Amino acid sequence: MKPPEHTATPGNDIADPVARPDAAAKCAGTARYLADLAVPGMLHARTVRSTRPRARITSRRLPPLPAGFFVVEARDIPGRNRIRMLDDDWPFFAEDIVNHIGEPILLVVGPEAEATAMIASRVIIEYEDLPPILSLDDALAGLAPPLYGEDNCFAEYSFHKGDLPQARRAARQMVKDGFSTGFQEHLYLEPQGVLAVPEAGRLTVYGSMQCPYYVKKAVEQAVGEGRHHVRIVQTVTGGAFGGKEDYPSLLAGQAAVAALKSGRPVRLVLDRTEDIAATTKRHPSRIDFTTFLDENDDLLGMDVDILLDGGAYSGLSSVVLQRAMFAASGVYRVPHLHVHGRVLATNQVPAGAFRGFGAPQAFFAIEMHLENIALRLGLDPLEYKLRHALRRGDRTCTDGLVRGAVRLPEMATRLCEAAGYPAKQAAYTAGQGRYRRGIGLSLCYHGCGFTGQGEELIQGTIALHKRADDAVEIRVAATEMGQGAQTVLPKIVAHSLGIPLDQIHYENPDTDIVPDSGPTVASRTTMIVGGLLREAALDLKRHWQSGRVMDIRRTYHHPPHIHWDQEHFRGDAYPEYAWGVNVVEVEVDLLTGLVRVIKIWAQFDVGAPMDERTLRGQMEGGIAQGLGYALWEKLEVDDGRVQQQRIRDYTIPTFMDMPPVESGSVYNPYEFGPFGAKGAGELTLVGVAPAVAAAVQQAIGCPVDMIPVTPEMILRRIRNRKHAKPDSEIPPESSPRSRSRADT
Amino acid sequence: MQITFELNNETVCLDVDPLRPLLDVLREELGLTGTKRGCGEGECGACAVLVNDRLVNSCLLPVGAVVHGRVMTIEGFRQTGAYQRLAEAFTEAGAVQCGFCTPGMILAAAALLRRNSQPDETEIRAALAGNLCRCTGLNMIVEAVQLAARRGGAPW
Ligand code: FES
Repeated sequence: MKPPEHTATPGNDIADPVARPDAAAKCAGTARYLADLAVPGMLHARTVRSTRPRARITSRRLPPLPAGFFVVEARDIPGRNRIRMLDDDWPFFAEDIVNHIGEPILLVVGPEAEATAMIASRVIIEYEDLPPILSLDDALAGLAPPLYGEDNCFAEYSFHKGDLPQARRAARQMVKDGFSTGFQEHLYLEPQGVLAVPEAGRLTVYGSMQCPYYVKKAVEQAVGEGRHHVRIVQTVTGGAFGGKEDYPSLLAGQAAVAALKSGRPVRLVLDRTEDIAATTKRHPSRIDFTTFLDENDDLLGMDVDILLDGGAYSGLSSVVLQRAMFAASGVYRVPHLHVHGRVLATNQVPAGAFRGFGAPQAFFAIEMHLENIALRLGLDPLEYKLRHALRRGDRTCTDGLVRGAVRLPEMATRLCEAAGYPAKQAAYTAGQGRYRRGIGLSLCYHGCGFTGQGEELIQGTIALHKRADDAVEIRVAATEMGQGAQTVLPKIVAHSLGIPLDQIHYENPDTDIVPDSGPTVASRTTMIVGGLLREAALDLKRHWQSGRVMDIRRTYHHPPHIHWDQEHFRGDAYPEYAWGVNVVEVEVDLLTGLVRVIKIWAQFDVGAPMDERTLRGQMEGGIAQGLGYALWEKLEVDDGRVQQQRIRDYTIPTFMDMPPVESGSVYNPYEFGPFGAKGAGELTLVGVAPAVAAAVQQAIGCPVDMIPVTPEMILRRIRNRKHAKPDSEIPPESSPRSRSRADT
Repeated sequence: MQITFELNNETVCLDVDPLRPLLDVLREELGLTGTKRGCGEGECGACAVLVNDRLVNSCLLPVGAVVHGRVMTIEGFRQTGAYQRLAEAFTEAGAVQCGFCTPGMILAAAALLRRNSQPDETEIRAALAGNLCRCTGLNMIVEAVQLAARRGGAPW
């Protein structure tokens, strides 16, 4: 028997918006976030943290502990005191050495939250300070002993395309540019938290998280492989943006050990100050270009050097670096390319995943670099950029094939018309008076799915479970964290099966029920997980037997044409690319340095939208975070201490800051994506900062080479105007400095 | 100390430290977890409730300050027609993503519409300025309030 042929929305496109299934409970306040859970007998945990950037712990003194209170520290860990991630350096609790301020040393656990916090504040840790590495400069100088390995480098890679030395010799011009970017804090509105519940032979950890299976593996390692049945359940998650990709593994391991030690449920919820001070951030970066132009002023070769600040532990840094490197030459055809990248260790809060994952840093740099080259040549930046933009059939920076149509030119044209870009671009260059306008544009892409070999390593597996009542359960580890997975994935299944949407069920993942479909990261949920669900749904439809229980599983493998050589970084770094164009108009007050954003226009190619409203939410939300990254979100770490300890000190966009945003998408279906979908979650943030910076640069008439572009920086640039020209030597052969630089 | 106030249209009488933040009393003593704790420092608005019809961050307000006052949390407000209108508008306008800001945001919108049923965009932005949202980019929330105001039909 076949399923009914009518869909929930007969004749309607999958993109037509539906009501979010999770909206009602979220509006009503009945959605249960981690801190809303309380179970009988639950204990509260509070973390005692390092106050030193790098030190040996010489002693720890506990105040008298009332009955029922206890501490948990490294020696209580029955398994291994290492969080299972890509590498093996990050402990759940510091042992004898602390490596950053805010690093957890021990937990105080007890029946009352306030008393627990009070006791934790009275724990005295004594230290013997060690020479710290407090900045990238310190790390480069190499005066302090390395934090990681012999060279203090979490990862170092390079890759080539073409023949850069030959390009250097043939070049007519060389342009050098350097850029830097700062930390960014996720500031998801729900602070991180977990609740570990021990039962006979089992250990369940509930938590606000992106990646239940990462957490499961971390907890298993903490409590000892095979000793307990570990079950992870995601609770309603109040925003994540990458910040709940890595860190929940640490919290879950700690709470699990505390729960085992006491035999009671233990809840560990960070307060905001702890969350800002101790959880991962976006990597600060320095990116330098030496670019060679031919006799037609076209891009001939490019040498890119990327330096990321990884903080105290390696975490996900090596893959963040790879994504940054694969974005280093942007959307451009560069025949001869060399990209070198390093992530250095410093005694600062660890850097980790954040929406865009290395790409926002790289796109800020490459887009500003191309802008600068065009301006130096007296050419229109958009024209110059489009002249070099990748087209279908071109080779990517890693020599992968651009298989899909690239619709950047029409997207840019559409936006420029809407924004009046050419006229404004011409008019604003000659601005006068105190208030100066500027308009900037950026082109970007985002590789959808894991970088490099990731998808093949993870081999995400999904399941569909058809119940006897013909309702279908989606069983995936993908998490709803606000982005709309619970809206989009059921639509894909319902439309594939041709059954009403309300017949599809998709609960927050519980690792006892769902297979490991991979983490909810890398703009892979709709394209990869959704793609598997569509295949499984089509299979289910073919074999559909009403009234029968049926189970279908599917495991991801790249389409056969995808080739990747991880050793040489050659081939298709991503299965497919999503594309974006941003235009930003600003007004700068030259007296105060304050930037007012007049309007943002954006166009994206995400293949095909699976829900127009959900996509718009990703566009508006990503653009807002990108705008904060560009202008306001300054997080400084001085002497190893995060200076912005509270929300009031760290400025994310508010209702008063957000300009009108006019966003849209083009339809450009991806053959292997469900209903043509590619990724959308990260792309929308990636291109904002360079468009903002280009606009500010035009308004103030001085180079903008770092973000966030604060008023202080603008005023400084205006004051130093005469020193601020980008340097360039022509021809390159005559310059010993350029040669030695290029030979490194 | 015995503290009496009206909570969601019912009188409550509690024996609590009057200095305890209202948020903690709501969440921990009364189990009303619809009011969220985003920062505990009055910066994010996730803990917003209505006290005598005015929007207040409950994390900063000692419970002693609401003695004999009227407190309305999302648990009480969701019983009203005004809530229905706002929840519909929030859903339709895409103003809900992770939802952690949403109860506070809805109460902020309610407080505004109660004193001004036809606010312009600037008034909406000003009224919501104490509430942060990290997911939506904010403009879709402004649109939700505009939609609710345009539809009207509820005694705000
Ligand atoms: S919807 Fe997530 S903070 Fe507003």
